[in-house]
Amino acid sequence: MTELSLRGAELDKTRMVRLLQDYGVYAGVVVLFLVNVVVTPNFVSAENFRTQAVQVAPVLIVALGMALAIGSEGVDLSVGSVMALSTSLISLYLGYGPWIAILVAVLGGMLVGLANGSLIAFVGVQPIVATLALMVAGRGLALVLLPQLKDIRDPGMAALGSGGVLGIPYLALIAAALAVAVAFVVRRTTFGRRLLAIGDSRPAAQLAGLPVRRVLIGAYVLSGALAALAGVLATARLTASDPTSLGTLMELSAITAVVVGGTPLSGGRVRIGGTVAGAVLIQLLTATLIKHDLPPSWTQIAQAVVIVAAVYAARERGKR
Amino acid sequence: MTATRTETTVAGPLADDEPLGASRGERLTALAQQHGALVALLALSAVASVGFDSFLTGDNLENMAVSSAFLAVVALGMTFVIVTGGIDLSVGSLFALGGVLAAWGSQYGTLVALALPLAVCGLIGLVNGLLIARARLAPFIVTLAAMLLARGVLLAVTDEGSTTYLVDESAFFARLGQEKLLGVGLPVWITALLFVAGAVVLRRTRFGQYVYAVGGNEDAAALMGAPVARTKVAVYTLSGLCAGFAGALNAAWLVSGVTILGSGMELEAIAAVVIGGTLLSGGFGFISGSLVGVLLLKVIQNVINQIGSLDSAYQQVVSGGFLALVVVAQTWLGRRRRMV
Repeated sequence: MTELSLRGAELDKTRMVRLLQDYGVYAGVVVLFLVNVVVTPNFVSAENFRTQAVQVAPVLIVALGMALAIGSEGVDLSVGSVMALSTSLISLYLGYGPWIAILVAVLGGMLVGLANGSLIAFVGVQPIVATLALMVAGRGLALVLLPQLKDIRDPGMAALGSGGVLGIPYLALIAAALAVAVAFVVRRTTFGRRLLAIGDSRPAAQLAGLPVRRVLIGAYVLSGALAALAGVLATARLTASDPTSLGTLMELSAITAVVVGGTPLSGGRVRIGGTVAGAVLIQLLTATLIKHDLPPSWTQIAQAVVIVAAVYAARERGKR
Repeated sequence: MTATRTETTVAGPLADDEPLGASRGERLTALAQQHGALVALLALSAVASVGFDSFLTGDNLENMAVSSAFLAVVALGMTFVIVTGGIDLSVGSLFALGGVLAAWGSQYGTLVALALPLAVCGLIGLVNGLLIARARLAPFIVTLAAMLLARGVLLAVTDEGSTTYLVDESAFFARLGQEKLLGVGLPVWITALLFVAGAVVLRRTRFGQYVYAVGGNEDAAALMGAPVARTKVAVYTLSGLCAGFAGALNAAWLVSGVTILGSGMELEAIAAVVIGGTLLSGGFGFISGSLVGVLLLKVIQNVINQIGSLDSAYQQVVSGGFLALVVVAQTWLGRRRRMV
């Protein structure tokens, strides 16, 4: 009898751990939200929610691309530099109108992604190193194209950055739409299925006859495009192009959002819902610390602790 | 083509000729891998000394040597980490933190100025190592978190980056960075000593052999009886110590703990190590290569600075492009090696 109940308890424990790993991030968001409702003055206001949504949008969009790269058992460190490159391109091509400028910026991001993907898929370079090289070169290229901060005076860009529909900012709407689109790609398309298969086991995917190289390149091109789009939106919000500082440490925030959201670093599994929640969690945490006048040093230390805790909690899942 | 085919079809003694020919190719690729960076360094230096009058002057060389010294010390620690197949992204922040702590500590004497950064950065490296080796977390994510943590501690120590601690110029600690021996700055001599020590440790000690074994194949190393976890903890601690010491040395040189230093330094260090011929997949690498890698990066930087019309941002483009080129070449050479 005792043995049975013991076993039952053990089972319960593993199930609890599993539940915590899968839904912990949502619980974290809810708890942090409720805590803020109680302790933070003026937290429950449309204005505050708008601000938070606008701030989280670029990180979230970058994190979506990062989730694809991580799902393929890789990582994309170049996203911050792609944002900088995209902001430089926007400011250079704004003379042709905002649409052309945005198109060029996104194409630039896709090109970087293509370079990343080719290095990884064809040459066989480790993702960390390949994207590291483009991280260094991309930031340099952005600074070569636009050496210093430049104001963006374009009504279209300004509307994109600060306008909205029914009180919901465009930035938040775009981010939400992209999250749905990427979730659809991962779950319902052949590309998504292949990506996860490759992330699970590249040799097995190769033996199964999947177009491994094409899918890998596709993942990094998508990641580059999403990062460039995030750069466009960030530029629109700031109404300025700042290639020196835009997107610095963005790769870190994006990886954090993805990992905290429960996507294992070992690939083969992508959780878009979790990634969204992860980005929101980090944003809420930062906002909470800032609203209570804790200095940025504390924010960084807290973020570091959250990353390690999330990876530590998730480490068993990768093995299963 | 036909000759080789007949050789392979003939079994027995003739087939023994194959490995001989292969080993020549193997030796060539190994040579290119080991000394490619050195050749590039010599070629670039030769071109630079012909092209720019100011390149081969004592001042310029001394300047380059001193400014390479700090990155070189960081790259030294990084080499050990990369040979085990890991990566340490926290070194840039640890370098900055080490500098600030050293400058702050210098008011209590040289001993504190050196011990404090070593203790704090070594401790962060130790925690990195424990999380990676014992808890089996991915190195890049752990050290990314450590990078944030160290940056946060740095901000906390300096009132959110608004305070810059100065080193008293007459103190012994400042002289460590300022003094010259035989016309060359003391940091250069210290770095040279550290590199000799590092090369001996990696090549000639049991610990060094464990480092190679862990990087070559962790499971095999464990079966062989190598203390895998302890070796990993040791290399990350060593990397933290190196970064902290480089930061302290830099603070002594600048006579202040500059808070904005070190961002991007982890990338430079990794680039230098990789350009020097150490394989990122672990198990293969050497200390002298990292020194060559650092010098090559600094010469590129110097040349770009000498071409006055070029923006310094080009340096990043060139470094990044160069890194990509080296990695592609390495992967290609590695594959050839495995094939032959």
